Amino acid sequence: MVETILNLIVQGVLIGGLYALFALGLSLSLGVMRFVNIAHGDMIVLFSFVLLSLTGVLGWSPFLVALILLPVAFGLGWLLQRFLLQRTVGKGILPILLVTFGLSIIIQNGLLEAYGPNTRKLSGGAIELAALRLGPIDVGVYPLLVFLLAVALIAGLDAFLYRTAIGARIRAVADDPAAADLIGLTSARIYPVAMGVVGITMLVAASCMSVWTNFDPSIGPSRLLAAFEAVVLGGLGSLWGTLIGGVIIGVAQNFGSQIDASWQILAQHLVFLVALVFRPQGLFARS
Amino acid sequence: MSTPMLLGARAILAAGVLACLAGPWLFDANSLTVLTEFFIVVTLALMWNLLAGYADIISVGQQGFVGVGAYAFFGFTALLHMSVWAAVPLAALTTLLIAVPVMAVIFRLRTAYLAVGTWVAADVLMLIAGKLPGFGGGSGTSLPIPVVKQFGARLGDRIDMFYALSLGLALIAFLATWALLRSRIGLGLTAMRDNEEAAGSSGVDLVRTRILCFLWTAPFLGLAGVMTALEKLRVAPTASFNITDWTIDIIFIVVIGGIGSLEGPILGAILFFLLRQWLADFGAWYLILLGVISIGVILFEPKGLWGACRRWGFPDILPAGHAPGPGAPERVAGPDAQEAPAARTVG
Amino acid sequence: MTPLLSVEKLNVFYDAFQAVHDVDLTVGEGEIVSIIGANGAGKSSFLKALVRQAGRVTGSARLDGCDLAALSTREIVAKGIALVPEGRKLFPTLTIFENLRIGQELGRKGDIGFEQVYEWFPVLRERRDSRARELSGGQQQMVALGRALLANPRLLLCDEISLGLAPRVVNELYAIIPQVRERGVAVVVVEQDISRSLAVADRFVCFLEGEVSLSGRPADADRDTIMQHYFGGAH
Repeated sequence: MVETILNLIVQGVLIGGLYALFALGLSLSLGVMRFVNIAHGDMIVLFSFVLLSLTGVLGWSPFLVALILLPVAFGLGWLLQRFLLQRTVGKGILPILLVTFGLSIIIQNGLLEAYGPNTRKLSGGAIELAALRLGPIDVGVYPLLVFLLAVALIAGLDAFLYRTAIGARIRAVADDPAAADLIGLTSARIYPVAMGVVGITMLVAASCMSVWTNFDPSIGPSRLLAAFEAVVLGGLGSLWGTLIGGVIIGVAQNFGSQIDASWQILAQHLVFLVALVFRPQGLFARS
Repeated sequence: MSTPMLLGARAILAAGVLACLAGPWLFDANSLTVLTEFFIVVTLALMWNLLAGYADIISVGQQGFVGVGAYAFFGFTALLHMSVWAAVPLAALTTLLIAVPVMAVIFRLRTAYLAVGTWVAADVLMLIAGKLPGFGGGSGTSLPIPVVKQFGARLGDRIDMFYALSLGLALIAFLATWALLRSRIGLGLTAMRDNEEAAGSSGVDLVRTRILCFLWTAPFLGLAGVMTALEKLRVAPTASFNITDWTIDIIFIVVIGGIGSLEGPILGAILFFLLRQWLADFGAWYLILLGVISIGVILFEPKGLWGACRRWGFPDILPAGHAPGPGAPERVAGPDAQEAPAARTVG
Repeated sequence: MTPLLSVEKLNVFYDAFQAVHDVDLTVGEGEIVSIIGANGAGKSSFLKALVRQAGRVTGSARLDGCDLAALSTREIVAKGIALVPEGRKLFPTLTIFENLRIGQELGRKGDIGFEQVYEWFPVLRERRDSRARELSGGQQQMVALGRALLANPRLLLCDEISLGLAPRVVNELYAIIPQVRERGVAVVVVEQDISRSLAVADRFVCFLEGEVSLSGRPADADRDTIMQHYFGGAH
């Protein structure tokens, strides 16, 4: 009994690393650009399908392909912000939500046309099957590596935002874009950079997800909801909070899944809603 | 200058309403079924527009209350064996009662967060619906024949009855929303649409108005849900709580037709049904096209088709708010007034 | 000799509203010009128009002969105009050091560095790692002024730097202005506090409803004339 519960918690924590990866980009776009990208989950799924196609053609490991694609992911995020989303800045929340909503529908249905509705998965090689025996429980090496990758990525982003000059500029624009514009720190040039970084986190999340779980063109929204809940649970502006939020979501899902598949999602949502009632500002909000 | 145009437009509108009222004598069963669906969609579009266009709430979870209405109707009739005529208003009331706690929780989220919050709430309602005993679980269940027969013994009678009900729903939804927008509260809502910050500082109680609008939509969405159950003769989590049918399509309709007017959602719904007749065979491409069009509309004509009509000098057929008539200052300001940064100070 | 800044027939429009009407103004190198005027007279709009941050701007503004209309705010700052905005407009979650560094990165190369700013405002050195929002109003204004000075401007624009501050703090801030001028920097000071503003200026301009209603040297103008042109009683 204790072993089962311990196992559920450990596996839940590890999958929480994957959810944190989903959520990092969302956390950034919320914190810096102050918008919810409704297409966030769909863009991750889009990257997964791109990896599917490229690994199919090249025959390389999806991780290697993802590594090579990192600049492309940055570029896509940059272009998206610069040429589409930037047009909605300063016009309130409605246009940006609706534009990303339209984008979400376009990506979902575009993928459906291109790849069909079947579920897919990428092979990560032998590492997928490797396991470590830690006391009474087995821990998959791959989930553990994904979790560590999430930790490393957060540490990296934290250092980027808080230790570099460009990071300070991004935070300055996040604080007050109008003030930034007044002193010549053009927010319209900073936002695309931030969205490029979001693109990188999306690609990393996509590569980890596509090896770990099945995916199909329709799963973007459920990834968005999990990411969103992780961000709100953790508290806006706190990347480490987002990791904790992801872990809570993962553990809740794991306990729910002991009953059935719909309880898996229901448990996730209920934990989120309860937390919202008692701590709407999130667990680790930077005030 | 535009009085003849206004009269013409109102004449067309009146003729349309009259034709709808005489529908069962004018149209065949197929057309009536399509129109029944049309009126449901118009009702949903009016409600989504009230939230997005006036109360600044983007709901991606409208399907939640539609599903609750359908399930409540099924519960009252099939499980509790009540008369359908008692069950219809009770379904509306149930939706309203469920909307209260939902509102209490998700209104802790503001602005962009609220949109995703409504989505989570709808997801929860759908998952719970799939767990309720007696409702057929995840695959749903059919309305019992005796329940259906209460609407008419023959199929033709039932088609007429469903048509009449959905037309009545759309008309009531429209008139009630129009009345709301022309009331004192509506004045505040129009102010909010035009400039939220100014409305807030001029004493319009934003939170209370938002709550009112959110709860206002719930019974109408629930009734639309009843109609969807009658149309499909069954309830099921994925169908009754369908995000594509009850929210995504509706967002496209309102965005393309014109957010923040009463004419826009209706215009959008007509366009949507026409497009669907021609493009239904294209499946996913149809939705991609709608996505592209709506992004284009938001970027280049944020007030949609109706906003474009207004700029070409078309008067409001159905003036909402307290400043009716063409040439009111509110219209002169045009879309630019809203795009101006709110924090602009002069001098 | 061409003046450092020369403005001709500058207009600023916000949609249909015109905030500034046909304003002409020149500022020489190392000169301190004070713009006075009532609330809403168009002073702030004028300053923001110089760095292309006001609504729609027509007319010409040249810095050392270089047309500013063709430049973005970023390029104007790099050319040597720095604004201390009304309300300070710091980045509240950034540290003092980060706020100052952003000013330095965006500006020209020059001899005003962190050491100089810390010398002018020693408290900023002590609190360099505090977040801007943790500072008092006066300290925040020092950061705003320091941020602009670190851009090594040739022309410094100060918008209402005394607003809401205690007289002692305002003295401290205004004490810097002559020292800045000694380095050849021209300063335009916008103030509602007339006496403060005139005390520091070589020349003054009075705005009334977006137009220049009076200009001259502080010593030549008597208080009544200024008041008339300030409130518009003369019209």
